[in-house]
Amino acid sequence: MKLLTLNFLTCARKTCKSTAAAFPLHPKEAELEQVEMDMNPLFITNMLPRLEWEAMKTLTTELGLPNLPAEPPSAEELADESGEPTQTLKDLHTLLMETSIASGKLVCGNCEHEYAVKEGIANFLLPSHMV
Amino acid sequence: MSGRPEDTLPPDLYYDDNESRKYTTSSRIRNIQADMTNRALELLDLQQPSFILDVGCGSGLSGEILSNDQDGPHTWVGMDISSSMLAQALERDVEGDMLLADIGQGVPFRAGSFDAAISISAIQWLCNAETSDVSPEGRLKRFFDGLYASLRRGGKAVCQFYPKNSQQRSLISNAAIKAGFGAGILEDDPETKNVKVYLVLSVGGGDVTGAVS
Ligand SMILES: [Zn+2]
Repeated sequence: MKLLTLNFLTCARKTCKSTAAAFPLHPKEAELEQVEMDMNPLFITNMLPRLEWEAMKTLTTELGLPNLPAEPPSAEELADESGEPTQTLKDLHTLLMETSIASGKLVCGNCEHEYAVKEGIANFLLPSHMV
Repeated sequence: MSGRPEDTLPPDLYYDDNESRKYTTSSRIRNIQADMTNRALELLDLQQPSFILDVGCGSGLSGEILSNDQDGPHTWVGMDISSSMLAQALERDVEGDMLLADIGQGVPFRAGSFDAAISISAIQWLCNAETSDVSPEGRLKRFFDGLYASLRRGGKAVCQFYPKNSQQRSLISNAAIKAGFGAGILEDDPETKNVKVYLVLSVGGGDVTGAVS
């Protein structure tokens, strides 16, 4: 599961829907993998304003990845004068699109439910009493 | 020895009942699935690389089309309740992320996550409530409320589905409208056995094709 996706995923329980603590989910015993992907600068540029940067910072800290800057980069920092992708954009691509959680757990900060991740797929099936 | 069927036996002998059924079913289904995905993409009318939710992504057949779309490539996240389907998708090395999840339990993404959603031959399953403590109405509500919230304003969803009858068709489209969507139903090849029904949904008004009847 890409770190991009984790910046949008929340706890599935109804009781957690409106609580701030249900996002972001917290990785536990996570095994990371790098999966090479073609760079899509326009997609990254489109997604940048929709990222929750605080949640990105929390996630990278919890995964032991290098710290992110305090503020998200601006759109102007993603391309140079000739329109070519900058190192900032390349780094975002690596972080969001190529860094994945291969296995481990995702834990809700509100209800503490643990969602298992295997082969990159998170199990969000809830037993009926938890729906 | 080559493994190509053409090199082993003449087609009438190689394609016995069993082989033929396997072959025809899978390639036929793949083709229909691809046609419907392309039709859904046409209805979504995405102008640039987008972030898309694939509801009932199965083995990722639609996802592959999203990943290779000329107006994209799009990045997608799939939800499916079948672990064997998702295992097929892993084997085929698809590019999207996938969740093992029951769409009748909701859509676990924060508000405004996706530009668009697509669903091929999945949402009629919401009407099969397996236990006494969940109703089709309850599952439809959880799904459409969650889908609505997960799309950004101006976002669209196209759900191709196979309604069992006209009551089920109304039940599904009314649940979408109650969730807040602008909704329309589009039928390709109406009144034929190949009829295809698309529920076209938009968040925050905008044009939708046809009217829900
Ligand atoms: Zn929770």
